[in-house]
Amino acid sequence: MTADTAAVQHDEHPAGVDRPLEPVEGYSSRGRLERVLRRGEFAVTAELNPPDSADPQDVYDRARVFDGWVDGINAVDASGANCHMSSVGICSLLTRMGYAAIMQIACRDRNRIAIQGDVLGAAAMGVSNILCLTGDGVQAGDQPGAKPVFDLDSMSLLETIRIMRDNGKLLSGRKLTSPPCVFLGAAVNPFAPPYDFRPYHLGKKIEAGAQFVQTQYCFDVPMFRSFMQKARDLGHTEKIFLLVGVGPLASAKTARWIRTNVPGIHIPDAVIKRLEGAQDQKKEGKQICIDIINEVKEIEGVSGIHVMAYRQEEYVAEIVDESGVLKGRRPWVRQARSTDPIERIERGGVTDIPAELVKSAHPSDPPPDGA
Amino acid sequence: MAERPLSTTAKGPADAPVAEAPAAGGKVTQATLVRKSAPASDYKPADTSPQRRVQRRYSMRLWSVRHSRLLEWFYARFAEVFLLLHPFWKAVGYRRAEKPVKFVEKRVKGFMFDCRMCGQCILSSTGMSCPMNCPKQLRNGPCGGVRANGNCEVEPDMPCVWVKAWEGSRNMKKGDAIMAVQKPVDQSLRETSAWLRVTAQSAAASGRDTSKEAA
Repeated sequence: MTADTAAVQHDEHPAGVDRPLEPVEGYSSRGRLERVLRRGEFAVTAELNPPDSADPQDVYDRARVFDGWVDGINAVDASGANCHMSSVGICSLLTRMGYAAIMQIACRDRNRIAIQGDVLGAAAMGVSNILCLTGDGVQAGDQPGAKPVFDLDSMSLLETIRIMRDNGKLLSGRKLTSPPCVFLGAAVNPFAPPYDFRPYHLGKKIEAGAQFVQTQYCFDVPMFRSFMQKARDLGHTEKIFLLVGVGPLASAKTARWIRTNVPGIHIPDAVIKRLEGAQDQKKEGKQICIDIINEVKEIEGVSGIHVMAYRQEEYVAEIVDESGVLKGRRPWVRQARSTDPIERIERGGVTDIPAELVKSAHPSDPPPDGA
Repeated sequence: MAERPLSTTAKGPADAPVAEAPAAGGKVTQATLVRKSAPASDYKPADTSPQRRVQRRYSMRLWSVRHSRLLEWFYARFAEVFLLLHPFWKAVGYRRAEKPVKFVEKRVKGFMFDCRMCGQCILSSTGMSCPMNCPKQLRNGPCGGVRANGNCEVEPDMPCVWVKAWEGSRNMKKGDAIMAVQKPVDQSLRETSAWLRVTAQSAAASGRDTSKEAA
């Protein structure tokens, strides 16, 4: 061991942070998130704001904000149909640095051929968690003229990946030599009609292969409570790890805007009134989020929270800290190592390839200015 | 804590003038920015949609959902008749029957359900509300974007296909078929007759041939 090698943390491969963990009997993935959830610990995940750039450093910077506060980082797949760095790209960068990435796949942009290929590629890059989504319609995004694909839906996507993992087969029936070991997730929205159907819909997702779910933003705790009651009665909560979606509202004006313009997000009047009455609305928004966390964490069947603080990512740490959901537990923290790609970049060379090898590969390299 | 990275979010099409940055908390969507930066001369009807819309009125479709129990009963009888006709279809040849049957099926189901001829009908499992009318063509349940009034996220004037499907299924005897996970659509079966396919399948499943006709 060299001097700059940090001590091996819990849920970390001793040979390198980017390595998948040793397989455990009965576990589907070799990732950290599944370990945390199956140990019965209250898990925290957060959503990374994807950069509009081709610079890996942007991803590393945005992930560093969550360091030591979350058990998984969601990499969104062009959320709201707005184009950003791809989910596969972000995830492979994150896994390189040892983070537990949750790759989101939306059915809007790719057909079944592309999606299955991406699943294999991502799993090869070390992605252990996949969240299957339908995706927003293209009309919501910055390129409304795009062709909506929707070849699969979230349910058949779950089933497809489950078959790939458990049966080692593609949809066509062709065998995989090495199946993708992934922990499968789905999304539920208990706050949109048809309300009666939503608990059954969750059941369908479990049947299709979901092992964890992340919910839409929860601002209406009584409504969520009745959903959970029904889900418990149906016996769904025992089969799944449910992470409640929460997040801070920046102001009453934002809340009102979200309510009318973002379909599927339900914000009760009481929340908006409370925001309006506050001196510092931003602070109050954070406090509301913490209060909601403290209410929902007591609900039976809740295994964790999913913090979506879009453009307020720096608040995630404070929210998690002040709500005390981790109960003193410290999730995995990235520690600088000499073998890290980022360290190599900082030391001047992007690769480890010796100079003479590069030279021999390009013997007739033109001078730098000649093109 | 690390310094918060500066936002690098796109502000519209690459050739458009740079619009003002969206305020923190997301008060302005990318879609709004794109719309605002488009030249005023760009004419676009108010209700365009990326999906091909076949009609703007939904009264017949909604009638079918309200009468899902009647239609369920009717379809069961109808399927029996079609199965009884199996020797006839066989004599004519399923391939040759395809064209006239499809002609009738497309018009009847098009009128009743705004059918999109996916060729693998699951109306009985979706409360007589055709899931292919969903702009996302979801066959396994609603997306998370359903509006509070029960309308579609993509087409705000259309009642969500899956809200209606749930209502319709509650009236049906075998309405719990809505709980079954549906396989992905086989896109190669588009514009083919689902009636004939179902008949051929159930004839094969019951091992029925021309000699065992008494049912």
